[in-house]
Amino acid sequence: MKRLFPILAVITAALLAYALYQALVVAPTERTMGDVQRIFYYHVPSAWTAFLLFMVNLVASVVYLIRRNPKADAVAVVSAEVGVVFCTIVLVTGPIWARPVWGIWWTWDVRLTTTLVLWLIYVSYLVLRRFSDSAQTPVLAAALAIFGALDVPLVYFSIWFFRTQHPQPVIGGGGSLDPRMAHALLWNWLAFSCFAFLVCWSRYRLEMLQREVEEAHAMESLAGAGAAASVPLNRSRQ
Amino acid sequence: MNSSPSPHPSSLWSITLATLKKDIRLEWRSKDAINSMLFFSLLVVVIFSFSFDPNAEESREIAGGLVWVAFLFAAVVALNQTWARELRNQVLDAYRVSPAPANSLFLAKALGNFLLVTLLEAVMAPLFTVFYNLRSIGPAWQLIPVGLLGTWALVVNGTFFAAMSLRTRSREIMLPLLLFPISIPAVQAMVEATRIILAGEGAARFWIVLLLTYDVVFTTACLALFGTILHAE
Repeated sequence: MKRLFPILAVITAALLAYALYQALVVAPTERTMGDVQRIFYYHVPSAWTAFLLFMVNLVASVVYLIRRNPKADAVAVVSAEVGVVFCTIVLVTGPIWARPVWGIWWTWDVRLTTTLVLWLIYVSYLVLRRFSDSAQTPVLAAALAIFGALDVPLVYFSIWFFRTQHPQPVIGGGGSLDPRMAHALLWNWLAFSCFAFLVCWSRYRLEMLQREVEEAHAMESLAGAGAAASVPLNRSRQ
Repeated sequence: MNSSPSPHPSSLWSITLATLKKDIRLEWRSKDAINSMLFFSLLVVVIFSFSFDPNAEESREIAGGLVWVAFLFAAVVALNQTWARELRNQVLDAYRVSPAPANSLFLAKALGNFLLVTLLEAVMAPLFTVFYNLRSIGPAWQLIPVGLLGTWALVVNGTFFAAMSLRTRSREIMLPLLLFPISIPAVQAMVEATRIILAGEGAARFWIVLLLTYDVVFTTACLALFGTILHAE
């Protein structure tokens, strides 16, 4: 398994380079938006990757609640962390694209708002994990992930209804995508997914190592406490 | 949990009622939560009033937002005290080892918070009306179902997350961090429904249905997961 990692890393680097070439050179310039539209090849794949990772987090959380398998919990932590990073990329590239095209940085449109709320929920998930260091943390975090998943459709419907009653800027235009653009988009998505998988993998290994170290520390202090209890005199003189 | 025999439904209710009565009696004697909530939301009303200084027309537009934000913040005060009280003298641990069903404890706590926050709203609503010169154009009676459903929406998740944040460091800060993101659709529904009713802009039916859906979904989720949270080791 460990030997596979550098191979995958090389493949990912090659894919990212090829996708960059596709996005910047091969894909045609958009007629009305111009070159700024090329941010699309980073914005959309990041969004798909983030949503995929949040889905993985939900599945891992449910599996953890049923099976209590620590590996499922590690997968949940890792996918939430990397998902938040990709979701942040979406939320940053979105306004950069929106400003020249729509003339505004932000609008409370259904997709933007749902993504923002999803981001907020997962940031609170990470905060919970950070602030809770007891053995119950995985259970609490898994419950929060399920609450978040239940919340997202409600957010979507509420914003959808709210915004259909108000004027909003025209989004996208709804035209069909040039095949070369679709090509660049899909290559970028593949590259981003591979990259996300790679990061998740190394973060997963780190997480497992960290847990092993913590366990070893706990065992050591237990053994130390046992030794101290058996020779109380030595201890008190120090 | 699974090992204990499933209790008779009447015992679930009798335990819920007993716990609820105990909490109400405690609150009645100390009046800690209700006093701090009332004073807190009074402060919010006054500060908002200075910050925005609205006329009658603007008041109708923004009052929904102000009222619910004030109640949301005030509710957090009550919610934070819900479980902290049970930590003293290891009451919560005693509950954990007792055969009483976890959900009856949860329901008692949620109902207790619901009563507290509803009482707060009943006292504060006239004050808001006076300070902001509010006069509803739409059917004002519809504010009652919006208030009840909205309060339950805040309180049911709040009680659950308060139980979750018990296990964390700096739990008083943790509760709003967990509760607010999940409550966004509920708060939006309450604010919009209140605004539509006050401004007489037609039916708020969609928002009331959304609140009802939110309540049903999250009450179910809380009842399904509370046992796991309480007994998490």
